[in-house]
Amino acid sequence: MSKYKVNLKINNIAVSVDEGTTILDAARQLNFKIPTLCHHDDLCVAGNCRVCVVEQKGARLLPAACATPVSEGMEIQTNSLKVRQARKHIVELLLSEHNADCTKCFKSGYCELQDMSNDYRIGDHVFLDLVKEKDKQPDISSPSIEKDDSKCIRCQRCVRTCTSLQYVSALAVTHKGNNMRISTFMDKPMNDVVCTNCGQCINRCPTAALTERNYIDEVFDAIYDPKKFVVVQTAPATRVAIGEEFGMEPGTRVTGKMVAALRRLGFDKVLDTDFTADLTIMEEGTELLTRLKEALVDGKEVALPMLTSCSPGWIKFQEHMFPDLLANLSTCKSPQQMFGPLAKTYYAEKVNKNPAEMVVVSIMPCTAKKFEAERPEMRGSGYKDVDYVLTTRELGRMIHQAGIDFEKLEDEKYDTILGESTGAAVIFGATGGVMEAALRTAYEIVTGREVPFANLNIKPIRGMEGVKEASVKIKDVKPEWSFLEGVELNVAIAHGLANAKILMDKIRAGEANHHFIEIMACPSGCIGGGGQPMPTNMEIRKKRAAGIYEEDEAMVIRKSHENPEVAEIYKSFLHEPLGHRSHDLLHTHYYPRKRH
Amino acid sequence: MEKNIKKVDLIFGKVDYMAIVEQSLKRTRDEIILDVIDSGLRGRGGAGFPTGLKWKFAKNEEADQKYVICNADEGEPGTFKDREILTQVPEKVLAGMALCGYCIGASEGYIYLRGEYNFLLPSLHKHIDEFHKKLKALKFDFTIRICSGSGAYVCGEETALMESMEGKRGEPRNKPPFPTSHGYLGKPTSVNNVETLVFALMIAQEGPEKFKEMGTFDSRGSKVFSVSGDTPTPGIFELELGMTLEQFVEEFGDGDTKAVQVGGASGFCVARKDFKSTLIGFEGIPTGGSMMLFNSSRSMYNILNDYLEFMEEESCGQCTPCRVGCQQLLKGIEAVKKGIKPPSYLEDLQKLSDTMRIASKCGLGQSVPNPFNSIIKNFREEIIY
Amino acid sequence: MSKVKELVKEQADKLGRQRTSLMPILQAVVSAEHYISEEAMEAIAEELDLSTADVFGTASFYTFLDTVPRGKYIIRVCKTITCHMKGKDEIIRTIEGMLKIKLGETTTDKRFSLLQANCLGWCHKGPVMLINDEVYPEVTPEKVTEIINQYLKKG
Repeated sequence: MSKYKVNLKINNIAVSVDEGTTILDAARQLNFKIPTLCHHDDLCVAGNCRVCVVEQKGARLLPAACATPVSEGMEIQTNSLKVRQARKHIVELLLSEHNADCTKCFKSGYCELQDMSNDYRIGDHVFLDLVKEKDKQPDISSPSIEKDDSKCIRCQRCVRTCTSLQYVSALAVTHKGNNMRISTFMDKPMNDVVCTNCGQCINRCPTAALTERNYIDEVFDAIYDPKKFVVVQTAPATRVAIGEEFGMEPGTRVTGKMVAALRRLGFDKVLDTDFTADLTIMEEGTELLTRLKEALVDGKEVALPMLTSCSPGWIKFQEHMFPDLLANLSTCKSPQQMFGPLAKTYYAEKVNKNPAEMVVVSIMPCTAKKFEAERPEMRGSGYKDVDYVLTTRELGRMIHQAGIDFEKLEDEKYDTILGESTGAAVIFGATGGVMEAALRTAYEIVTGREVPFANLNIKPIRGMEGVKEASVKIKDVKPEWSFLEGVELNVAIAHGLANAKILMDKIRAGEANHHFIEIMACPSGCIGGGGQPMPTNMEIRKKRAAGIYEEDEAMVIRKSHENPEVAEIYKSFLHEPLGHRSHDLLHTHYYPRKRH
Repeated sequence: MEKNIKKVDLIFGKVDYMAIVEQSLKRTRDEIILDVIDSGLRGRGGAGFPTGLKWKFAKNEEADQKYVICNADEGEPGTFKDREILTQVPEKVLAGMALCGYCIGASEGYIYLRGEYNFLLPSLHKHIDEFHKKLKALKFDFTIRICSGSGAYVCGEETALMESMEGKRGEPRNKPPFPTSHGYLGKPTSVNNVETLVFALMIAQEGPEKFKEMGTFDSRGSKVFSVSGDTPTPGIFELELGMTLEQFVEEFGDGDTKAVQVGGASGFCVARKDFKSTLIGFEGIPTGGSMMLFNSSRSMYNILNDYLEFMEEESCGQCTPCRVGCQQLLKGIEAVKKGIKPPSYLEDLQKLSDTMRIASKCGLGQSVPNPFNSIIKNFREEIIY
Repeated sequence: MSKVKELVKEQADKLGRQRTSLMPILQAVVSAEHYISEEAMEAIAEELDLSTADVFGTASFYTFLDTVPRGKYIIRVCKTITCHMKGKDEIIRTIEGMLKIKLGETTTDKRFSLLQANCLGWCHKGPVMLINDEVYPEVTPEKVTEIINQYLKKG
C-alpha cells in the first residue's frame, strides 16, 4: 500500500514522513530524541505522562509527540523555552508523587525517571511531597514480583503490558483523580490474583514500582555458609543477555565469561540448565510420540495437540484461563525444575554430598521461575528442589557487588555431570526453539535421518511473528514407527500470552489441527523474559535471538539425544524416558485455578 | 449599549416541534447545515465549537453507522440549565437530535444523562416513546436511547463521555482523531450539548437571521444562564449574549457583589473592578451558563479551595499535569495559608498552572488555571492571610 | 445461583454481552444491592468475558458505583461551592446526629449511608441532597429532620 507523505519541519529542519507517523517518530528520523515515559515501542499509544510535549507553531496547546500524528506544514520545536518549562514541571510533578529514595532503590541507575531528573538537573523538590504513607509498604505477597506503589508514576505501561501483550489483566487502572492508582481486583495482594508472574510489567516499568523479588542476600549467605554446597544452573537465554548489564551489545555471547563470573562469586559448582533442556527434549519428545501412538494406533482418546510446559508463566496462565485443557499440557517439568531434583539425587550421589546441605540456585531470564520453584509439588527430591531463583539482572547486580570486571574475564567451561549441553538446548531461549529442538530429535528417532532442513536450522519456525505454524511431512520411517508413515506433523508456536490465547481459543473451539504446540509466556520467548536486562524492545530481542542461533551453530553437538551426559543419566539412573524415575522426578501435574 | 438585558424565550417556548422536523426533512441536509453555520451558533456546553461545522464534518464522513449524542452530563458547578431544559421541553431536545441525525446521516442517537439526574429517566423514556411513534409516522428512521452516567464530572468531555458509553473508565482520548471522524465505537459522531440541540432546532424553524440579529459578532444569539450564589433571584434565565458583567450584576446581584465566577469551577473569577469592562461571551469570558455571584461576606480562599478540591477529585487521573497539578495547587494554597510555604510560592504555582493549561490532555486540566490564576490575581491577600 | 449472579446473568441476557453493557449492568447491581460486591464483579467479568481487575477499575472510576457496602438509602449531600455557602455542613451535622453515624459511614442496621457528593446540579436551590435517586433541594435542618424521619418510618 502506497502511503501519502507528509511534509513538516522539526526544529527548523524539513522532513517528509509517511502519513500517520507520530511527531515522536518523525523526530527520531531526524535524530532528535524527545524524552518519553509512558511511551514504549512494544505498547499502544497512551499520551498520559506528557513529558514528550512539544511546541507546535500556531497551536495554543503543546501536543504530546507520542500521541499526535504529523500533519502537512506542521512546524515543531522539541526544546523551546515553553517546552523546557513544561517538561521540567511535569518531571517535578512526577517526582512529587514518587518516593525518591534513590540511594537504596533496586532500580537506581536503571530508572528512567531518575535519568530524566538528572538530565533536567532537578534536585530540591519545588513542590510538596505527595507520597502517601500507606503506599510505602510494598506488596511482597508474590514470590516473583514486588509492587511498590510509592514508586509508581501511573504511566500505565504495566497495565498495557498485562492487558494487551499478555491478555492477563491482573493489573488495572483503578479509581480516579488524586486517588487514581494501578491496582488489582479489589486491591488484593499480587499473589491472590490472576498474575502469571511473567514479569513483563517489570521489564517495562520506568521506575521501581514493579521489580522482581530479589534474593541476592540469601544467595550470598548460602555461598558463605561453609556447611552448604551451593550449585548454580544457568538458563539458555541468560548467556546472550547478561553482557548488557555490563554495557555490552544485546546478543553478545558471553557464556564462558558468565561461567567464570559465577565461579568467582563462590558457587561450588557451575552447571547448566541446558543439560536439562536436552533432557526435556528426550522426555517431551517421547511423550509426544507416545500420545501420537495412542491416538493413531490404539485409538485412544488422547489430548492433542500436546502443549509445551517449559514456561511457568504460561502454565499459570493456562491454569487460570484454560483449565479445561490441562490434559493437553505436557507433564514434563520445566528444565529448571528437572535440574533441581536431579541435582539433589543423582548429582548429590555422584559428588558424594548430602542433599540436605545442598543449595540449588538458578539464574533465569524469568520471574515466573521464582514462583515455580515455590510450588508445593516441586519437591521431587524430598527437599525443595530449587532453593533460589535469580534473574539475569540479579546476577548482574551480584557481579557488580563482588567487584568482578566481567568484560575482562577469560572464558571458562561448565562443570561436568549436569553441565554438558547441545545447540538444541541453547535455542530453548528463543521462540520456536523448543519446537526446533524437539523436531531435530523426534524426526531422527522416527526416520533415522536428520531433519530435512539445511544445517539443521528449521527456519520456518524461527522469527518474531506472534503465532507461527508449520508442517513436517514424515516419510520413510523406521519399521517400529510405521504408524507415522506419511503423517503430516502440524506444529504451531506462540509467544506472548495474548498470542497463546489466540491458539488456545482455536483448540477449545476444536478448530486446531496441530499435534504439537510450543508456547512461551514472554514476547520473543525467554530472551524477552521478565528477568532479562532492561530496556527491552523488538530490536534488542532480535539481537539476543541472533546470539542464541549463533551459539547453537557454534556448538559441537546440536541434537539433544546426542548429549553424552544425557545418554549417561539414562543408562545409569533414569533408565528410559517416561520411566518410573522420570515420572517421580521429571514430571508433574497441574491444578485448575480460578479464572477471576 | 442597552441598559437592560434582553430576556429571550427561544429555548423554553412551546413550539410545534414535529412540524419543524417534518419541514426540515423536506429540505436538503446541506441547506440546514448551512443555516446552522450561518447563524453563528456555537456549542452551549462551554467549549463553543461552531455547531454547523461539527455537523458538516460528521456529515462528510463515509460510514455504515454514525451517531448523534446529546451531552446531558451537566456537571460544571453552578450549571443546572440542561436539567431544566430536559424537564420543561424534552421534546425539543429530542427533535433537535433527530434534526442532527438527519443532517449528518445518523439513525441512532443517545442521550448521556448524568447519574445525578436519574430522576428524569421515567419522564424522558415516556417522551422518547412518543417521539419514536411520531417519527415513524414521518417514516424517518431514528432511534434515541439513554445512557446513564454514574458520577464523573470528566465524562462531560466528549471523548470521555464516549469511553463511558463504551463501558470503560471515562478517560479522555488523544485528539486527533476527533469524534466527527472517530467517535462512539469508532464511528463518526456529533456530540452536542442539550441546549445547543434546541437552538439548532429553533434555527431550523426561524432561519438563521433572527438568531444572528442577537448577540455580538463572536457570540451570536442568546444563551441560558444558571444563576446562583449570593443573588436574590437564583435560577434559569435565557438572555441575549453580549452583556457586560456590570449589566448582569445590576440585574442579579444583591447590591454587594464582590466577584462573579463566570463559567463554573473551570471558568474565570471576575472582581468588581472589572465588571464594567468584562463582556460575557466568546470575545470576553465565555460560559456554559454558570454564573455564581459572591458578596463581600465570602472568603475567596474557601471558594478557590472548593474548586480545587472538586478538580482534584474529578480529574480522571491519567495525565500528569492534571492529576498531580491539581493536588499541588490545592495543597499549595493550603501550605501558603498555614505559612508552611512563603507567599512567593503562589508564583511558582501560577507558573505550574500555566503548564497545566498547555500540557494537559483535555479541557479539564487545561482549564484549572482559569479559576486559579484569576482568583489569585484578584484576591491574593485573601489567599495568603 | 446467588441472587446477584442471577441478576447479572439476566441483565447480560437482556443487554447483550458486549462491553457497552458494562455500565448498565453495574448500575443495575447498585440499584438492587446498593453496592457492587466482589461476587457481583466476578459474575460480571464472567458474563462479559472481562478481567475482574478491569471491571473493578471501571467501577471504581465512578462515584456512584460503590464497591464497598452501602445502606439501603444512600444520602449524598452536595458539597460543592454554593451548597457549601448555603449551609451543607449544618445539614450533614443534623443527619449525623439523627443517624448516629459520621460522614462516610453506614448505620449498623445497613439502612443509611451518609456521603458527600460533588455538584448535583441544583446550585440555585442549595443545599441539596440525594437519597438514592430522589432529590431534596433547599433543605434546612428542620426539613432534613422531617425527611429522614419519613425514611426511618419507611423501614
